Amino acid sequence: MKILNDIAHSFRLLIINCSLLIKRSVFLVFVQKEFYHIFRDKRTMLILLGMPVVQLILFGFAITNEVKNAKIVVFDSSNDDATRRIARQLDASQYFSVVRYVKSQQELKQVFQDGNISMAVVFDERFNENLLHTGKAQLQLLTDATDPNTATQLVQYASSIIGDYQQELMEQNKVPYQIQPEVKLLYNPQMKAAYNFVPGVLGMILMLICAMMTSIAIVREKELGTMEILLVSPMKPIYIILAKAIPYLTLSSINLVTVLLLSIFVLNVPVAGSLFWLFLVSLLFILVSLSIGLLVSTLVNSQMAAMLVSVLAMMMPVILLSGMIYPIENMPPVLQWASNIVPARWYISAVKGLMIKGVGIAAVGKEVTVLCVMVVLLITVSMKKFKIRLE
Amino acid sequence: MLKYLLEKEFKQLLRNKFIPRMIIMFPILQLLIFPWAANFEINNINLSVVDHDHSSYSRRLIQKIVSSGYFQLTDVSPGYDRALQSVEKNKADVVVEIPRNFEKELEREGHVKLLIAANTVNGTKGGLSTGYLANIINGFASDLRQESGQASRASVVPAIDIVPYYRFNPNLNYKVFMVPALMVLVLTMLCGFLPALNIVGEKEAGTMEQINVTPVSKFTFILAKLLPFWIIGTIVITLSFGIAWLVYGLIPAGHLSTIYLFVLIYVLAISGFGLVISNYSDTIQQAMFVMYFFVMVLIMLSGLFTPINSMPAWAQDITLANPLRYLMQVMRLVYLKGSGIADMLPQLGALIGFAVLFNGWAVLSYKKKS
Repeated sequence: MKILNDIAHSFRLLIINCSLLIKRSVFLVFVQKEFYHIFRDKRTMLILLGMPVVQLILFGFAITNEVKNAKIVVFDSSNDDATRRIARQLDASQYFSVVRYVKSQQELKQVFQDGNISMAVVFDERFNENLLHTGKAQLQLLTDATDPNTATQLVQYASSIIGDYQQELMEQNKVPYQIQPEVKLLYNPQMKAAYNFVPGVLGMILMLICAMMTSIAIVREKELGTMEILLVSPMKPIYIILAKAIPYLTLSSINLVTVLLLSIFVLNVPVAGSLFWLFLVSLLFILVSLSIGLLVSTLVNSQMAAMLVSVLAMMMPVILLSGMIYPIENMPPVLQWASNIVPARWYISAVKGLMIKGVGIAAVGKEVTVLCVMVVLLITVSMKKFKIRLE
Repeated sequence: MLKYLLEKEFKQLLRNKFIPRMIIMFPILQLLIFPWAANFEINNINLSVVDHDHSSYSRRLIQKIVSSGYFQLTDVSPGYDRALQSVEKNKADVVVEIPRNFEKELEREGHVKLLIAANTVNGTKGGLSTGYLANIINGFASDLRQESGQASRASVVPAIDIVPYYRFNPNLNYKVFMVPALMVLVLTMLCGFLPALNIVGEKEAGTMEQINVTPVSKFTFILAKLLPFWIIGTIVITLSFGIAWLVYGLIPAGHLSTIYLFVLIYVLAISGFGLVISNYSDTIQQAMFVMYFFVMVLIMLSGLFTPINSMPAWAQDITLANPLRYLMQVMRLVYLKGSGIADMLPQLGALIGFAVLFNGWAVLSYKKKS
């Protein structure tokens, strides 16, 4: 009997010791477990780390709405000094390249129908004569307006080139009342699209990895039934969640660094402001995204649902309503209002300030405050929801 | 055999409480919200004015700029530095600085300079807003000339009258351009993602094992997976036509049947692509991520948001291997230009090619042995 008692006693001691040991390191073990989950899925890892690179390169080099070397044809029935000058100046600009001169209306129509031509410049007959003697000469810009955005841009650029020519003539003729605008391009004098897209890509990637991955990782445990096991472990639920969040936090920090390095060294978009604040604000945004992921995970029960919610509620609004591609100012008021609740909108705006414009943290105070409020709100709500689910 | 498999697939789809709702809600939401947001028009540009002159000319110029409709006066600053601060705080996008003696010099010297400073973080917006401003200022100058009647005294003022014609879409309606392309996006999302999650879902649930021990052939299995998405695709596109017509009043200039033909082939292709991904994946999470990655790249390179023509040559070459690009073109061609099948044979060929390729691959990559 005594021996049995002894054994029982030492057993109890062992358990106590173990539990002490566990308490200290169990959290780390949980974190380790989550890291294993990620590291052992090579394909997902590759995509998580490779996606920012591919997206940044696409956005930096391929995705642009600026018009460059648009193919235009010229129908010049006048063929004089002025028309030749204008055609040459259009061709010389970075926006247009004249690919063909047509000789008749018929040919013009044919060329247009075949496609591939963005604009046609049609000069009136006796263009220069009219211009110099009556002061009025007409030219037509025919554009393919299937894409209205490009069409308006083309007309705008062509108009300003023709306007420059007109200005030149005026100066030669000493015409009174001339106002010469001197244009200064702030922050991005070469008007590179990357300056606008880098903050957007940052917002998109961080949101995607943190929110989507966290929600799916948690829901996955629910779906597989392993969540039950985790919840009966000696860990408080909050630590379980925290343990899930830490690996994604690490991954997103790596991504943050990759994106910044790529944008500085490959896209030549410098960080004009303070790196410290840029990182801090990014960390804040990562927290917002993590808490969104947490909230989603408490709302849905299947990975499929988590994914659909993520795509519907996160990917689309981030692309659309964050000001990344489409300017927010031109949206209908309802959507402008809706864009206020998209965290990425605030983050992207803050990054544009801190990184591109190089302003101090005070100038983006509003954005930072909004993000802070969002973090607090989201965490409170999801913690409440999480407790309910445990009962 | 196929009949029973199809019955199973449909029951699984319909008994899922999420998917049927999704199939209806997703197109509706997308098509109701997207076209309003997806707009590149640049107006409502926030303007900051620094007026050192406070003359009647400077006030008239400001008035003219504001009444053009492109600009909103959001800030009046005493100096350039202060104006720059409001640009930093995003209160203003463009600064116009009118120098002291603006009016006097215009009257006396006949020419004067003024400063425009534009925020070009968004290059397109910055470029267009300075362009608009230059036009307005030119207009103001010619207003002044006409009033004073001095034009007749000097030599003739050369003025070039630029008349733009917008073909195929004279009202520059951006929605006509976006809505048909958005239908492609909706189709891709639903008919691409759902198949991608389908087979791997069975793997994760363990029901794949059961299928593997039945005499169902690889081909029949893939076919049974594919057919429901054909029907989903048809429902989605019909719904989208309805919304485009009811909400935006858009009716294709060409034949509806042309679109259906292309859509049916496209759904086959993109669902096949989803199935391939599903076959290679071990977990739903993995399938989803791989799919997300590809779809993201495909969308970016499809010409939906930004024109393919403005991409560099290498990126344009990549888009040739993008099925989205072809259907996007087809949709826009049929809706805006009324093209028929004969005009779009290359696109038809490409899509059929993709459908055969992906589905063949799906059949081959499905392994019954574990």
